[in-house]
Amino acid sequence: MDNANTPLVEMTRISKEFPGVKALDGVDFRLQRGEVHVLFGENGAGKSTLISILSGLYRPTSGSLRIDGEEVDLRSVHDAARHGIGTVFQEFSLIPTLRVFENVYLGRELKRGPLTDRRAMAEGARALFHDLGFEIDIRRRVSTLSRAEQQMVEIAKVFLGKARVLILDEPTASLTEKETRKLFAFIAKAKADGVGIIYISHRIQEFREIADNISVLRDGRLIGTVSARDTSEKTLVELMTGRAIDQIYPEIGRQPDGRTLMTLRRMHGAGFHGVDIDVRAGEVLGVAGLVGSGKSRIWRSVLGLQPIRSGTVTLKGRDVTHAATRHMLRGGVYYLPPDRKGEGLQLAATARENIKLNLLGRAEIVGRLGIVAPRRARALADKIGERVGIASAHMGRIVSKLSGGNQQKVLFGKGFGEERDIYIFDEPTVGVDMGTRAALYRLIKEIAEAGKAVVVISSDLPEVMNLTHRLLVFSKGRVSAELTGTEIAEENVLKYFFAETGIQP
Amino acid sequence: MTIQSSRTEDAGAPRTRANILLAAIRYVFLRVGVLPFFLVFSLVVFSLISNQFLSIQNLTNVARQSVYLVLVSLGQMLVLITGGFDLSVGTAIAMTSVVSAMAMVALAPVMPDMIWLAILLGAGAGLGAALLIGCLNGLGIAQFDVSPFIMTLGVQSVGAGIALFLTGGVPISGLPYDFGNFFGFGRVLGIPVPVMIALLAIVGIWLLMNRTKLGSHIYAVGGNVRAANLSGVNTKRVLFLAYVLCALLASLAGLLLTARVESGETNLGGTIALESIAACVIGGVSLRGGLGRVENVVLGAFFIVLLQNGMNIAQIGSYMQMVLLGSLLVLAVILDQFRYRMLVGDR
Repeated sequence: MDNANTPLVEMTRISKEFPGVKALDGVDFRLQRGEVHVLFGENGAGKSTLISILSGLYRPTSGSLRIDGEEVDLRSVHDAARHGIGTVFQEFSLIPTLRVFENVYLGRELKRGPLTDRRAMAEGARALFHDLGFEIDIRRRVSTLSRAEQQMVEIAKVFLGKARVLILDEPTASLTEKETRKLFAFIAKAKADGVGIIYISHRIQEFREIADNISVLRDGRLIGTVSARDTSEKTLVELMTGRAIDQIYPEIGRQPDGRTLMTLRRMHGAGFHGVDIDVRAGEVLGVAGLVGSGKSRIWRSVLGLQPIRSGTVTLKGRDVTHAATRHMLRGGVYYLPPDRKGEGLQLAATARENIKLNLLGRAEIVGRLGIVAPRRARALADKIGERVGIASAHMGRIVSKLSGGNQQKVLFGKGFGEERDIYIFDEPTVGVDMGTRAALYRLIKEIAEAGKAVVVISSDLPEVMNLTHRLLVFSKGRVSAELTGTEIAEENVLKYFFAETGIQP
Repeated sequence: MTIQSSRTEDAGAPRTRANILLAAIRYVFLRVGVLPFFLVFSLVVFSLISNQFLSIQNLTNVARQSVYLVLVSLGQMLVLITGGFDLSVGTAIAMTSVVSAMAMVALAPVMPDMIWLAILLGAGAGLGAALLIGCLNGLGIAQFDVSPFIMTLGVQSVGAGIALFLTGGVPISGLPYDFGNFFGFGRVLGIPVPVMIALLAIVGIWLLMNRTKLGSHIYAVGGNVRAANLSGVNTKRVLFLAYVLCALLASLAGLLLTARVESGETNLGGTIALESIAACVIGGVSLRGGLGRVENVVLGAFFIVLLQNGMNIAQIGSYMQMVLLGSLLVLAVILDQFRYRMLVGDR
């Protein structure tokens, strides 16, 4: 067998079924030595399932997997590691209280007699970091490292097991520009050494720089594998979504001179420094920026979820700086949190009960003594469910058993419980399929056109660019650009992602 | 993985009689918890052991004995639903008993013509002592984020110490005759007064949990405190009130017990913390918070007393009863874990 032409990884007609869901449907995938292969697709398209199979977490329902031409059956992550497959997941598996070299050797400790040989492990780790080109003191505790450094430790862990295949799941999601450069330099080096790299990312602009090939997945199927060099970004997005961009994002009418409902002035706090923002009625305000840019934390501090160091928040003429969350909500603000399971929903309650919780401020539902009118509450909750498009059969189901899309609809429904003037949506469509997205975007359109103020904070660039009338770009805790109309274009936005300073007055 | 694959097999299997039975068991388990299974099992076992067990007289007896545990369990349920628990319910009972008895003994000679006023003031003093305990718990847990375990464990010791200090460990006797006669042994409309009071409390707490804003908020805080906060719930106030109500319900049980034994005693609530948590968990209250129904908790408390009664009839010694009760609690918690996972999904 000609060794040079045998693919490093060859997955043939891979299918994976979960109860009620076909996560992967006959997917073919090949990876050569020294190739950087991007997996591209929406959340839920099957990317994670595919790499989970390759890294030994799941076993496919059908299909075959060959590594270096040899058919294998991976039963665990450990098994995959023995075949030279190493995965760096988004969620790191490091112990923050342990030192770097202890983490690298965790579970594979070197021993001398019955005792661990700490000196040998430190030496080994130091040599490994030197080989990989990482400059990290291997005696530091992981909790003191930056996110990028932690990722390097994670990568080093993988290479201690002599990886031939490296899987990186959204590695740049929380890295700064400088850290991203470092990572790319490492990828180039590993590629030159003949390591095959599978790279999952949503950042189209990165692909041309590092990728050789791109495989696009949609609804568990492989749509196609294209060359990174000669495929345009527009083509990629259309391959990913299966439709033209203007079918997804509605045209939202803008109220010409909407009243300013909320103003933030000279806001300082953890993650943002000296931010001024006006929120206006009848307008969709977009907020973009990298993870850690402060785009989300500024709003959380407005809501009273994290402290404001200095600055003022004015809501309809009233000073509400430092107001408790419930007072902000009562003042007419709705906040949709980005983590729907952690912060948004009562997981063990039904969809209806989740929506009902936000009805308890209404006079027609709750009498003076705090007595709830059960039938009225139920009827109103069902009406709201209908408005946001939850099937009536789903209203009585435990919310954790609903799909991500339906859960997100419940969160939107909670916002319709009481009269609100300002809707702040933090990552409104995270982990939601395209059909539901289009429905949620129509709801945002309805809200804005009814004269409410809407704020959309999103890491999904097409989303913030296509929905919003005015776009704020955050960089390092400051607003680096305020764009309107035709200024809202991808190159323009990306340029300001990495801007070092705020807007010059 | 194995759970998921077995579920798909379920869906495809034919609807035989055994399958329908299994589905029914699963449904009851998810809706109510372990209680129906425990109840049926013990009823069968004890009625086989003794034919007195199912007699009306014995069951009425059990109902009357279960009043105290029902009251405490209702309070325990409130804090369990918020996601915490209260180990100091026994202390609340002891403090109530000692303080109310001391107050009555002191006041009765002063106002011999207004003995009911003395009883009322004494009861008020007892409730006030428990209120203090509840406020202390609520303050520490809601305001200072002390874990419920440590906070109520500490308060339990503080309260027990104060109660012993006040009495020197000697029971306080000489309570007004009318107090014991009415609250301990009296009847209204043919119903024993303690049972009457328990029924009122059950109805009150049921209304609280099912028909009021505070009740919905208690469920919400336990279900997901961050989501509750983002839904406009004053989470600290809700937590605080839950611990206060819990202490007051325990205190009510303490008053009734004091009337029953006709003396103020520090050891009245000895094992009630464990028993009330067991009653709640067996009654389907999740230790993770957010889940639990009043009627099932009442049945859970009734079950515990029934079990103790059955074990007494079966002549199982009190030491062995402790072993069984503790094991039952742990078993119920294990089953609760399964139930929660089935409800919320495998994660």
